[in-house]
Order: sequence, then structure tokens, then C-alpha cells
Amino acid sequence: MTTLMVPAVNVADLKDTTLLNMGIFGLFVAITMVIVIRASRNNKTAADYYAAGRSFTGPQNGTAIAGDYLSAASFLGITGAIAINGYDGFMYSIGFLVAWLVALLLVAELLRNTGKFTMADVLSFRLKQRPVRIAAAISTLAVCFFYLLAQMAGAGSLISLLLGISDWGGQALVIIVVGALMIMYVLIGGMKGTTWVQIIKAMLLIAGAAVMTFWVLAIYGFNMSDLLGGAVETSGNPNMLNPGLQYGKTETSKLDFMSLGLALVLGTAALPHVLMRFYTVPTAKEARKSVVWSIGLIGLFYLFTLVLGYGAAALVGAETIKAAPGGVNSAAPLLAFHLGGPLLLGFISAVAFATILAVVAGLTITAAASFAHDIYASVIAKGKADADTEVKVARRTVVVIGLLAIAGGIFANGQNVAFLVALAFAVAASANLPTIVYSLYWRKFTTQGALWSMYGGLGSAIILIALSPVVSGAKTSMIPGANFAIFPLSNPGIVSIPLAFFLGWLGSVLDKKLEDTTKQAEMEVRSLTGVGAEKATDH
Amino acid sequence: MGHEAQETDAAAAVDFKEVQSTERFQELRTRHRSFVFPMTIAFLLWYFAYVLLADYAVGFMSTKVWGNINIGLIMGLLQFVTTFAITGWYVSYSNRRLDPIAAEIRHEIEGHEFDKHGNNITGVTK
Repeated sequence: MTTLMVPAVNVADLKDTTLLNMGIFGLFVAITMVIVIRASRNNKTAADYYAAGRSFTGPQNGTAIAGDYLSAASFLGITGAIAINGYDGFMYSIGFLVAWLVALLLVAELLRNTGKFTMADVLSFRLKQRPVRIAAAISTLAVCFFYLLAQMAGAGSLISLLLGISDWGGQALVIIVVGALMIMYVLIGGMKGTTWVQIIKAMLLIAGAAVMTFWVLAIYGFNMSDLLGGAVETSGNPNMLNPGLQYGKTETSKLDFMSLGLALVLGTAALPHVLMRFYTVPTAKEARKSVVWSIGLIGLFYLFTLVLGYGAAALVGAETIKAAPGGVNSAAPLLAFHLGGPLLLGFISAVAFATILAVVAGLTITAAASFAHDIYASVIAKGKADADTEVKVARRTVVVIGLLAIAGGIFANGQNVAFLVALAFAVAASANLPTIVYSLYWRKFTTQGALWSMYGGLGSAIILIALSPVVSGAKTSMIPGANFAIFPLSNPGIVSIPLAFFLGWLGSVLDKKLEDTTKQAEMEVRSLTGVGAEKATDH
Repeated sequence: MGHEAQETDAAAAVDFKEVQSTERFQELRTRHRSFVFPMTIAFLLWYFAYVLLADYAVGFMSTKVWGNINIGLIMGLLQFVTTFAITGWYVSYSNRRLDPIAAEIRHEIEGHEFDKHGNNITGVTK
């Protein structure tokens, strides 16, 4: 029908617009860098560097959370997943959104009231400091690493599409540039600079997606049913609209869908970089406001992805998307090119780049804070390090993590970004969520329970991923030549999450040592009333 | 930074076990848990019911209701609706039922009503 009005996408044309894309991207980097430098003038204390002086308002922080959360996975990954796998891709949107209720109802405010800078502050509050802190820091680093891999894979996909670079060296070079930029943002800006980048990026991303959504709907006369019909027509597969296209093939794949669903809904409230954002606001009430604000923005955005995904399926077509450099992750940029030509493509790609950059910066500062605050200051220096040294260590960690992310990103290419992020969610839900929930709500939880749960959850999740078809034994594996995939599911959540909850319970009931009931009382009173919570630093 | 140190001192002098055992605090705890626990169970059940239907009741979910819009899509969008609704409900519940009592207890603690016996903390002014 009306699709004839718009010319078909010719991927080869994309190369002509490279300069324009890079120009728009360069402009974004220049503007945000100025803001980061201005924002960083007040970075004096550790609270400034890690928690932006706890000076952000709820709505500001909520927008920044949306910026952190709406990563390349949400934009490139989900749009691509819906465009190729239809309804099954929509599952990501729903899981990623509903998961926020766990954060809102059970975690956000109590965490803000009890902690200082990192997730470990809360987990080790009433348990033995050193072992719990180390475990929490290790799992923070692991989750951040998986998440970083996904973002870097997204950067690789995007670059290969925009520049038509599909050779290894070219993509590696671009990933190095992205990584270097990210290190600069975090080094200069700290949490405040990073937060401002997140806010700007979230607004640009949501605005860009809104424009594209409006455009796609306009083509179909604002009739969702016609848009869905268009997707079916282009793909020639009526099952695009029904569940099961990707996961309904076998009993194993159905189980995999369940596992994905479980990891998505339980992962968010255990993501260290999301948890750390709750410390950038002055009170628990502002933490609540920021979650409400982010649920609104994130929900809106995921409604857009439904239209964008089916729009890409209808207007660009799954075959074109799969054949393009960057594969499944290129659905959103290709749709932009189809709708608005090089200019819109340039804008959307710059936004997608900015997304990756900002999320990577957020992850990096979380990982660095965790290393400097939990491992260096509390364990290596045994609490004797002054705040200046701690921040210095954090800055050095940023460089190391940046280099690791660059290296990892060069190797993790071609996988769907949303899928990779779902693995990070599974690791987070297994390693962190049971301990967070138990230590906030279960009086009899002990150090042994925390350690069993964290190491058991983290270990089982990572081992099961290593033994899954993601890593070996399938065409799409990271190591396609080898086959040691003895675990059939690509997402480990359905095994590792219940296991971690079970281990937390078992470790606690078998623990002969009792925990300090005074500390438990203090944590419970502080978490619910906010007494003694860290206040905003004033300048 | 002196500000932060003072905060910690003030908290250190409080007898938290005494606060925990007060009726007001128990009331706050009950009010909080009696909302968040059932609500968490409810939305998780609803979410997993949806995932199971999408996984094992493909025929039902594929039933077309209006044009190309099928039950699966409607149920997916309903997940959005319930998420927004529960968010709004929780915010109004905590504004009405949790925040006032939490603030009251906080002020009492900060006004040294629960300080440990024999612990002189006159140096802290709040």
C-alpha cells in the first residue's frame, strides 16, 4: 500500500553519508564535553565524585536512570529483535519495564536510606564487612563487564553499518575511539558529568524515537492494525504477530523463553549501575520520585520500540536487516534511513552512539567506585585511605576498566545487544538480588548465607553461560568452531536465580554464628525511616 | 564533610533496638510490608502468567480481536498499564500511609528521644 511512496533501503547508499553522521556525532561529543567540564568544577569530595554530591532532583535523576537503562540494548537490540522475531522481541520490552516494580517496591528507597556509594554498602551493613564487601564488589565488576560487552558489541554493529566497515581492524579502531572518549568523560566529569550526559542523551533518544514512531504511524494512517499487517506482508509470515516465532520451536527453546522472562524481571533491581543512581538524590522520597519518573519515560520508550520494531519489519524488511553490516542491531538505523534519509540516519546514529557512550560511562564509574570504595578503601587500605586517595584509585580504575571494555568489545561483535544485556541481567539477578532482598527483609539472614548466595549465584550463572550455546556449539556462538555446550539454554536465569535464593536461605539456617541484632535493628530502622541517611553535600 | 561525620555520631548514639521495638515503628514496618509484599507477588504472578501464556498457549494468544491486533498484543500492553497503575498506587500509598509516620519517628530519633542511657551526646546539635 502506502509503502510504495518511500524508496527501498539501499544499504550501499549509506557510505555516502558517513561524513554527515560523523559530523553530527562530533557535535554531540563537543557539546556534552563542555557540559561535563562545567559540571565537574565542583567535584571536591568522594561524595561529589561517586554520588554527584547527592544534589540531583528526582526528575533529573529519573531521566538519568532512563538514560542509563535505555542502552543500545533497548534501542538497537529490541527494535532488531521485534523486526526479525516479531512478538518474541516484544518480550524484552515488557520484562525490562515490569522489572522496575521490583526496584520501586522493594529496593530503591530502603537502599537509598542505608547506603552511601555502592551496592556493597547495603549488603555489608549488618553482616561481616570484609567478605561481603569483596563478594559484592566482585559481582558488581562481573555484571558491569557483561553489560559493557553488550554495549561495545552495539558500538561495533553501528559502526560497521555507518561506515560500511566489516573488517576486524576497522571496527576495532572505532571501538578504541569510543572507549577512549568514554574514559575521558568519566575521568573529567565523575558522577555529575556522567549524569548530565545521561540526561541529555535520554532526552535526545526519547525525542528521536518519538519522531520515528510518529512517522511510521503516519505512514499507516495511525492505524496499528495496518502497521502490523504491513509487517506480515513484507515478511510473508503471519506468525510475526504471534508468540513463539523465535522461542516456540522446541520444548528447550520454550524453557529458554521462561528463563529469559525470569532474568529480565528480576535483573533490574540488582544492576549495580542502576542501584548506584539512587545515591545521587538527597532523600529516599526523591529516590522514589526518580523511579516513578524513569518508569514513565522507560515505559513510553518501550511502547515506541513496538512501533519501531514492526515498522522496521514492514518498511525495511527482515531480509535487508539481516544482510546489512551490523545485522539484527541495524534495524533502527536502517528504518531511520528509510524514513528521513541521511539526515535522520545521522541524527539517530549519533543518538545511538551517544547512548552507548553514556551507558558505558555509567557502567565504568560504577565499577570504578566499587573497586576503589569496596576493595581498595575498605579491604586493602582497611578503611585508613583518605577520600582523595580513594578518588585517585577510582580514576585509575576507570582507565583499567576502559581498556578491558575496549578489548572485550573488540571480541563481542555481531550478537544481538538485547540478548547480551539479558545475560548481564541474569548474572545480576543471580548474584545480587537474593542478598539484597534477604538483607533488607529477613532478620535471620547471615554472612554465610550472603556469601553462598552471591558466589553460588554468580558462579552458576557464569559457568552455565560458558557451557551454553551462546559460547559454543551453534552457528551463532562466540566460538563457533568448538562444542562444549552441555547446558541447552542460552539464558541461565531459570537455574541460577532460584539456586542463589536457595543457597542464601540454606547458608543462613546452617550458619552457627548469629549476626549482630543491634546492627539488624539499626538497618531496619534506618532503611524505613531514613534517619542518619547520607545528606546532600552543599557547596 | 564535617556534616557527614556529625550525622554518623548522632546515629551511633541511638538505641535502635529500642526504636525497633516501639509500636510506632512496628506499625510502619507492617504498613510497608503489607503493601509491598502482596503487590510484588501479584505483579509477578500476573507477569509469569503472561510469559507462560505466550510460551505455551500460542493459539490463544494469537487469537485476533480487532484487525491484526491479537490477544497477545493486548495482554502485553496490559502489562504496561498495570505497571503504571501499581506505580501510581504505591506512590499515593506511601505519601499517605508511610511518609508521615516515618518522618515522625525520624524526628523523634533526631530529637534524641531514643539515645542510649548514659551516653552523653550534648555536643551534637541538630
